[in-house]
Amino acid sequence: MATPNTPLWEVFIRSRNGLAHKHVGSLHASDATMALQAARDIYTRRGEGLSIWVVPSTAITASDPADKGMMFEPAESKIYRHPTFYEVPDEVGHM
Amino acid sequence: MYTQALNTTETDDRGLEDAAKAAHFQARIDAEERIEPNDWMPAAYRKTLTRQISQHAHSEIVGMLPEGNWITRASSLRRKAALLAKVQDECGHGLYLYAAAETLGTSREELVDAMLAGKAKYSSIFNYPTLTWADIGTVGWLVDGAAIMNQIPLCRCSYGPYARAMIRVCKEESFHQRQGYEIMLTLCRGSDEQKAMAQDALNRWWWPVLMMFGPPDATSQHSDTSTKWKIKRFSNDELRQKFVDATVPQAQYLGLTIPDPGMIQDADGHWRYSEIDWTEFKQVLAGNGPCNRDRMAARRKAHDEGAWVREAAEAYAAKRAQRRIAQAAD
Repeated sequence: MATPNTPLWEVFIRSRNGLAHKHVGSLHASDATMALQAARDIYTRRGEGLSIWVVPSTAITASDPADKGMMFEPAESKIYRHPTFYEVPDEVGHM
Repeated sequence: MYTQALNTTETDDRGLEDAAKAAHFQARIDAEERIEPNDWMPAAYRKTLTRQISQHAHSEIVGMLPEGNWITRASSLRRKAALLAKVQDECGHGLYLYAAAETLGTSREELVDAMLAGKAKYSSIFNYPTLTWADIGTVGWLVDGAAIMNQIPLCRCSYGPYARAMIRVCKEESFHQRQGYEIMLTLCRGSDEQKAMAQDALNRWWWPVLMMFGPPDATSQHSDTSTKWKIKRFSNDELRQKFVDATVPQAQYLGLTIPDPGMIQDADGHWRYSEIDWTEFKQVLAGNGPCNRDRMAARRKAHDEGAWVREAAEAYAAKRAQRRIAQAAD
């Protein structure tokens, strides 16, 4: 009999006070509690974290990298969304 | 401010809660630790922040109305694209803020309903009309300028999700004030009529903008708790003074006159402004500003007319879910 697959989890760690959790990698574990323990052992051996989130990988809906152009290209031409697009004379100072 | 709720903090009811937990909470605040959604927090802290963040969110959303008013009449394609981008940003900022408020346990639907029912407030400034194109320049220059003055210290607010939302908002908003100032600069370099239009807009917006920072410190009763909890890092008057000091030279460069004949620069270089008409502020907050009814009517109309979109999205999701179940059964 084939060994059943162990579920995959995505691991997010808050590295410092006040920062958001950031994706650091994945791991296999049979349930959420074990995933949290495994994440602690695998990803925070050097004190990298203050807090860990584990999320079932199947719960993540991702954009298709093939759609990159369609998704993100429209923002590239909109240079007026950036402050440097606007002329404010140096004499006026920082704004 | 966008966050005038800061002036009505909940009474501190920590006496009723676990004293040890409350002491630990305050120690964390004092040590500049950020409080996160799952951490223990006093009920009044949760309530104060829910009100403040949701009021901030409502302000971003209602704030789209006075500017949206001018998108179709912008003076050039360049200006139109910029204004559209700015209004899109305000919408996005409202959504970041609702999400931050929701981490405290109240759903976005409840928060929005409270605003539509008139139970939750938004910033007083959006109850003033944008009568001419120069108002769009003035709103960017002064209203966004005042908002930035308030939002930068909020990036260090003790509540993590709010602070992080503010960092993102501040970064994105850095163009808003500049686009407004650029409009003003163009008008002031233009014809006499254009310059007069810029001056007229400044005349109408100056005092309401100063009111954005909220009542004077002497009469603001509740700031203490917000300060102790490090939600608020500067007083209303401190922020107002910083804003005035930054703005006067900008007006001088434009060749415009601040509509305050009593304004003088003191020995320390601070610009001292005259007494603000707080009766007007109270009237606007009470619902009697020039546009309160219009704004509420516009929001309710948009909410009602958007009902079919929410219903359609739900029906579509339900249909797809059923299809998945059917496919799984095959």
